[in-house]
Amino acid sequence: MSSATETTLPRSAEAGHWGKDVRSDVHVAFEARDAGGVEISLESRVAAYYGSAILEQTRAVLAELGVQHARVAIHDEGALPFVISARIEAAAKRAGIALGKRSLPAPYPRPEACPPEPAPPESSGPPPSGSESSGKDRLRRSRLYLPGSEPKYYINASLHAPDAVILDLEDSVHRAEKDAARILVRNTLRAVDFGPCERMVRINQLPLGLEDLAEVVGESPDLILIPKVETPEQVQAADRMIGEIKARSGVNRPIWIMPIVESALGIENALAIAAATENVAALTIGLEDYTADLGVVKTTEGRESQYARSRIVNAAHAAGIQAIDSVFSDVADMDGLRRWAEASRATGFEGMGCIHPGQIRVIHQAFQPAAIEIEKAQKIVAAFDEAQSKGLAVVSLGSKMIDPPVVHRALKLVERAKAMGVIS
Amino acid sequence: MSVIEKVELAHNAAGRTVPSMVNGKPQIPFLGPGKYQPRGRKAAPPISSNKDYPDTGDKRVANLEAALRQCGLRDGMVISNHHHLRDGDRVALMALEAAATIGAKDLMWFPSASFPSQKNAIELMEKGVIHHIEGSMNGPLGDYCTQGKMRGMGVLRSHGGRYQAIQDGEVHIDIAVIAAPTADFFGNADGSHGKSACGSLGFALADSTYADRVIVVTDNLVPFPCVPCQIQGNNVDFVVEVESIGDPAKIVSGTTQITRSPDRLRIAELVAQFLRATGIMKNGFSFQAGAGGIALAFVEYLKQMMKQDAVKARFVRGGSTKFLVELLQEGLTDYILDGQTFDLDGVKSMANDPRHVATSPFTSYNYHGKGNFASLVDAVVLGATEVDVNFNANVVTHSDGRLLHGIGGWQNCLFAGCTILALPSFRDRIPVIVDQVTTLTGPGEMIDVVVTERGIAVNPRRTDLLHALKGSKLPVRPIQDIKAEVENICGKPAKPKLGDRPCAVVKWVDGTLLDTVWQVSESHY
Repeated sequence: MSSATETTLPRSAEAGHWGKDVRSDVHVAFEARDAGGVEISLESRVAAYYGSAILEQTRAVLAELGVQHARVAIHDEGALPFVISARIEAAAKRAGIALGKRSLPAPYPRPEACPPEPAPPESSGPPPSGSESSGKDRLRRSRLYLPGSEPKYYINASLHAPDAVILDLEDSVHRAEKDAARILVRNTLRAVDFGPCERMVRINQLPLGLEDLAEVVGESPDLILIPKVETPEQVQAADRMIGEIKARSGVNRPIWIMPIVESALGIENALAIAAATENVAALTIGLEDYTADLGVVKTTEGRESQYARSRIVNAAHAAGIQAIDSVFSDVADMDGLRRWAEASRATGFEGMGCIHPGQIRVIHQAFQPAAIEIEKAQKIVAAFDEAQSKGLAVVSLGSKMIDPPVVHRALKLVERAKAMGVIS
Repeated sequence: MSVIEKVELAHNAAGRTVPSMVNGKPQIPFLGPGKYQPRGRKAAPPISSNKDYPDTGDKRVANLEAALRQCGLRDGMVISNHHHLRDGDRVALMALEAAATIGAKDLMWFPSASFPSQKNAIELMEKGVIHHIEGSMNGPLGDYCTQGKMRGMGVLRSHGGRYQAIQDGEVHIDIAVIAAPTADFFGNADGSHGKSACGSLGFALADSTYADRVIVVTDNLVPFPCVPCQIQGNNVDFVVEVESIGDPAKIVSGTTQITRSPDRLRIAELVAQFLRATGIMKNGFSFQAGAGGIALAFVEYLKQMMKQDAVKARFVRGGSTKFLVELLQEGLTDYILDGQTFDLDGVKSMANDPRHVATSPFTSYNYHGKGNFASLVDAVVLGATEVDVNFNANVVTHSDGRLLHGIGGWQNCLFAGCTILALPSFRDRIPVIVDQVTTLTGPGEMIDVVVTERGIAVNPRRTDLLHALKGSKLPVRPIQDIKAEVENICGKPAKPKLGDRPCAVVKWVDGTLLDTVWQVSESHY
């Protein structure tokens, strides 16, 4: 029973989207009340099949959030359960209710081939994950951007077989939607099976990004992209926070970091940023902001960013991590994309971003070593193996001696070609 | 109350419950594909005499009302129309409203398909002018039917089934009103020219040859002779000239659009890869694909593969679109055999290119004939609302039982060498692969492959296809696997409550009853 001193004004808020053109989302209007229990109204285009399930889920989510009295109006456009709970939670929190509480969806069932790890003691997480523990040096040719407010893109993202998916909380999410997107991305990491794809999250520029970390790190993403990094201290601050949350929530898989350098100052600090912590696995560049910073026009040839991109490649290699390129923003221009990606590989990048699934195949082809390169590398590797077995320090192929860096590069190329499925 | 109330029900060979009488006529339950043996002779219109028609050949009358009067319009007659003008058609309502003005009651409207823009037919049913509709219904007309408001039962037939029903005398058309984009005063009519051009007029062929009386309505009267002509004036009683037979913008699309959804593109590409991997795509082969987004994208992918492998088709079947026309123009097929024409490129091509041939349900789809084109096609790519684990499919109703589509040529196409359903594995959270389809439209033994974005399921009966796919990298999976995966994502849907009162029936291509559409209950949960 609420006391007389408490406000009796309804505290209302809403979250999510509905409308004729909205798919796979739901709109929740939440009105906190002081008495009267929970009252739910539902309109849904899938009411005939899931009406009862949605009502049941809504009651369960409200109970988990500790909501006892509220009016909740749901307008569903075929949202999946993890979206429904995220929208209810966001609406409740916007109404000032259930702060500090979470309603986590059921984790997706782990594929049979991969038996679940025993749950770490005293924690609700981490979620079981279908993606193998992501290696620092794994293949990162393509990363598919998934806007943090657009749940319809998530479920089938991995079918298009990018090396990674990025749930984006930054530029693709409106300022007013950051809070709701954070909850949605958290639920997505937990409930959606991204198969073999590396699960990345792009947080917002620090310090806002720290709030993103607080919500998503407990769900064990594989990699965090930090935008607009200019100094190594920013990366270290984020890494510290990731470490703290991991320890607190029992996440014991590594979470890598990919700083995005997007300014002239950041480019000048590239090496220090690349070497900021052990967890930095790759360094990338954001060309829209970089060209804006310089006050030049971004072209499809990219001459204006040649220095910056070379600098990123050099710094990454100096720090022993991957250099990853920006995105190619004209989704209709596949020839332009191919030219860009081929030039990118030639410059020393190991991958780039995709803003449409249609770009993935072209990028993979462009970053694939040519048959002649592979053949040569395989010969060098064979010679290296032979020298090893004979206990020889010097590797030679025919009458030629092979330098150690060449051997190293050949080993890496063969390993990559295997990961790409080009050779077995 | 209406006849629907007291109908007796029986089980057919597919285990479906169907009424024994429909609109006062006894019915034969579905016996299984190829099991029903028709007997007797074809229907025929009465013999006419030239003495009753002007020697000048001029059969024009002032308007539709006059034409209907001279045809002897009476209560209870059957009035037919074709749907080549699609949602742009004005002639069907014009005819029905003229019949209303004359004071006719209890007509049966027998369109080859109805469209949402014809929703005024509801008013005519409310007023008693139309008793019921036999023909595909969707949108407002579909809802009117499934809410049980129509006085008679809806009868859904395939394009071939409609021809069969007319030919066999199951449906006798009293007056056929045929919209014609071009015609002469004698009644010769053509669809590929004129401001309201729609390409083929094939759906009107049966109406023009079997109806007692035939009226041609045109907005482009040309001096005799109308060349080419698809409807022969020798079958026509009257010609009516009007300002406009339809809205050209809604008759054909300016350009048909390929899907841009990455998931649907993936389905389309998998279908094309399947045809290549199984060796169906080979020199001299043939295929049919409709005008849906996935089907169009499929044609584009297949085209690339045909070029890469230097493969040429002997013919492709339309629904023609720009994409089929390009195949023809680029020499990747010898012919387009076209049943209906979906876009301006298709219309232009049919008008100008003799290799783009107009066909009719008689040549393509009629099951009570001496063969048809549909079974000669090597592969056909179709859609569906639902498919069950035994490959039975539904194309006519939503999963909740409301009418969604007509059958179109869908059932007839199942006779192709390889029938492929190209479907997203779920739509708006609703799984497409189900335990049992809401309304059976195609028997599973005739459906060979289901292609979804999550994998390709091959009907276990097709061991030849499974064998051909050995060693391919395509994601071939049991249909139950895909179903389980989707239910994992969406949750298992509740079974919608269907009523126990039949409001429409689904006919198989031989005229037997395949399934029943039940009145939809209003509350969902």
